[in-house]
Amino acid sequence: MDDVIIGRVLTASTLGFHIIFATIGVGMPIVFMVLEFLGIWKKDDKYLTMARRIAKGYTVTVAVGVVTGTIIGLQLSLIWPEFMRLGGQIIALPLFMETFAFFFEAIFLGIFLYTWDRFRNPWHHWLLNIPIVIGSTLSAVFITTVNSFMNTPAGFDLVDGALVNVDPLAAMFNPSVWVRVFHVVATAYMTAVFIIASIGAFKLLRSKFEEDREYHKKGLKVMMVLGLLMAFMTVLAGDFSAKFLHEHQPEKLAAMEWHFETEDNADLILFGVLDEETEDINYAIRIPSVLSFLAGNSFDTEVTGLNDIPEDEHPPLIIHYFFDMMVFFGMYALTVSIIYFIAKFSKFDEHHPALLYAYVLTGPLSMAAIESGWFLAEMGRQPWILRGYMRVSEAVTHADGLGITLIAFVLLYVVLGATCVYVLLKMFQGKSADTERLEMYGEDYKGGRLP
Amino acid sequence: MNYEIIGVTVLWTFLYGYIIVASIDFGAGFFNFYSKLTGDDNVISPIIQRYLNPVWEVTNVFFVFFFVGIVGFYPDTAYYYGTALLIPASIALILLAIRGSYYAFNSYNKEPKLSWTFLYGVTGLLIPASLSMALVISEGGYIVEEEGGIQLQLEELLFSTYGWSVVFLAIITVLYVSSGFLTFYAARAQDTQALELVRRWFLIWTLPMLFISQFVFLGLREHNYEHFLRAQDYWYLFGLSLASMGVAVFLILRRRAFGLAFIMIMMQFAFAFYGYGISKLPYILYPYVEINTAVVNESMAFSLTVAFILGLLLLVPSLVLLMRLFLFDKDYVRGKGNSKY
Repeated sequence: MDDVIIGRVLTASTLGFHIIFATIGVGMPIVFMVLEFLGIWKKDDKYLTMARRIAKGYTVTVAVGVVTGTIIGLQLSLIWPEFMRLGGQIIALPLFMETFAFFFEAIFLGIFLYTWDRFRNPWHHWLLNIPIVIGSTLSAVFITTVNSFMNTPAGFDLVDGALVNVDPLAAMFNPSVWVRVFHVVATAYMTAVFIIASIGAFKLLRSKFEEDREYHKKGLKVMMVLGLLMAFMTVLAGDFSAKFLHEHQPEKLAAMEWHFETEDNADLILFGVLDEETEDINYAIRIPSVLSFLAGNSFDTEVTGLNDIPEDEHPPLIIHYFFDMMVFFGMYALTVSIIYFIAKFSKFDEHHPALLYAYVLTGPLSMAAIESGWFLAEMGRQPWILRGYMRVSEAVTHADGLGITLIAFVLLYVVLGATCVYVLLKMFQGKSADTERLEMYGEDYKGGRLP
Repeated sequence: MNYEIIGVTVLWTFLYGYIIVASIDFGAGFFNFYSKLTGDDNVISPIIQRYLNPVWEVTNVFFVFFFVGIVGFYPDTAYYYGTALLIPASIALILLAIRGSYYAFNSYNKEPKLSWTFLYGVTGLLIPASLSMALVISEGGYIVEEEGGIQLQLEELLFSTYGWSVVFLAIITVLYVSSGFLTFYAARAQDTQALELVRRWFLIWTLPMLFISQFVFLGLREHNYEHFLRAQDYWYLFGLSLASMGVAVFLILRRRAFGLAFIMIMMQFAFAFYGYGISKLPYILYPYVEINTAVVNESMAFSLTVAFILGLLLLVPSLVLLMRLFLFDKDYVRGKGNSKY
């Protein structure tokens, strides 16, 4: 394999592994913030126990998120030194700010986790959630601006291979930034919420602790309310993305929709198999004119086709499958949360086993949607590393030993992933939530402090 | 404004901060493992855990800050160090990942495992060793610029006395600084048994510390004579460093003012580290990257400086809060539950 491929695979494995933990890292604080709020407000120690147990599990995922984040931060320079030399002139500011946001979050997370019982007034402890949520969300925002810049560079002029007239803010607030930030944050919140919903539903199906049922039902309800909200935001974000791609990155939209001829009334293609030789699309569901509508809110919007884009700038056509997966898995969670409420407000039992099985899938599938979405976004800008300015092949390192590095890191991720799952499973096995609640809060609610 | 000077001062300060907090952190992890082997863990582990639990993430950020900052202020370093350090930095990253994760895995697992304690204890000594390679390379002589790009002379690096002396300096620093800090922390916790144990560790590491730092100095003379000569101009900084060390050792030997003793240890490293840094200028990577020519464009340097000042306004109060809650809160340090605030 040549270095470009190895470099891409290595970056993809690091990021693919990191975003699992990064997504949880961005989304989960919202979950325990809401739960702790409900617990203090309603004086219900079940919610507090939930918040506390989730925060405990969260710490383990944060640890892996922190180390993999550190890895990707350095790997950018190790694998793509030429890019960082050029891009460093521009992306330094958001990277720097991301570190500040992360620093801020790390400090308050440390305080949060070790002060559950130190405050007389439980609201004081709850306030610590605010800097954590701000810090985690802002780090997602800043790092997304870096990625947006690589997709839609702005804020500089290129003269003889050097960047001049650099405007750091224009680079940060490049054309794609708002759409992407909204999409990233909404889906991270959504995924974290549905992961907790999955766990609740799974425990309702399988837990041997009968006394926990009420606890899990409470949790599931809160997660479904939040999930519905977040899923709607995600759909909105997806719609913005389509319009944005149409305006600014037509080659990505065309490749992900297998749209070859520039035309109005363009069809939306769902699923299907492409014969790359003949450009024939088989087994697909074609929805007439909808692509045009998605791109510009009117059926006669003209959508650029791949044939109007130079051959050596075509993104790989495989991204259509990632697009399908992202949309399908994302929609699945939305549908399931709607069904939950239909069941709840009709005579049907919302905790029917069949439905519980459906809820269990929402978390893993949302995470799969995140992964597919990132594969779509990143592969969709190939062959560019800095779209329009630098190709991936020009940025890769000349150092020896990239192959062995790839093997070492992949092994590391396998081991870390497996141990993480093991620790998380161990953490919540063998002891019912109710026992833990009694340990932490005693028979009567004492307001967030140990009796 | 001289952005190149601002940048390098900021970065050097963060690197200094990292060396202090990471040394405490890494050393504490190692001593925790060592005490398990010798059966002293019931004496010392609670103290170590109480300190490490709330701060381990913060330590890591100091490091991230440094490498994000250096690429930001001096993008050329990304190219040179990025290419040269592919293997050494990847090793360091893998070790960092193992240490960070297994620390958390072990603290949150129901029954801590000795093998996991081993993992984060021993990686704690190997990480400084592998990271110090970057400082060794910065002295020049291990990188060749060729037609196809730059290449690291890995073999030469592996067999260089200077390289190994820096590695040992890094390891001994970790043990010396962290035992110094733990002495202070145990004294605050009023835990006499633990205090005696870590005090002994500290005194054991004093002599190797003195010895290795002289050795590295002489190694520099062999390796980069120019830098060695410039270092002579700042002899007073190195003298102050030695004097601070003397005060620290004296105080701990006489069981007095452990807080002041630790401040003296910090001063000892501050003087030596800044002395080394100042005499290194104008080179960031000898002889390829020079501070004056490699600095990022003016407008980005300005934004970075503004972002940095705003960031500090946010960070410093938060850090103070963290320290007040966990480092300077008597009841917390002594391990008593409390209900203040």
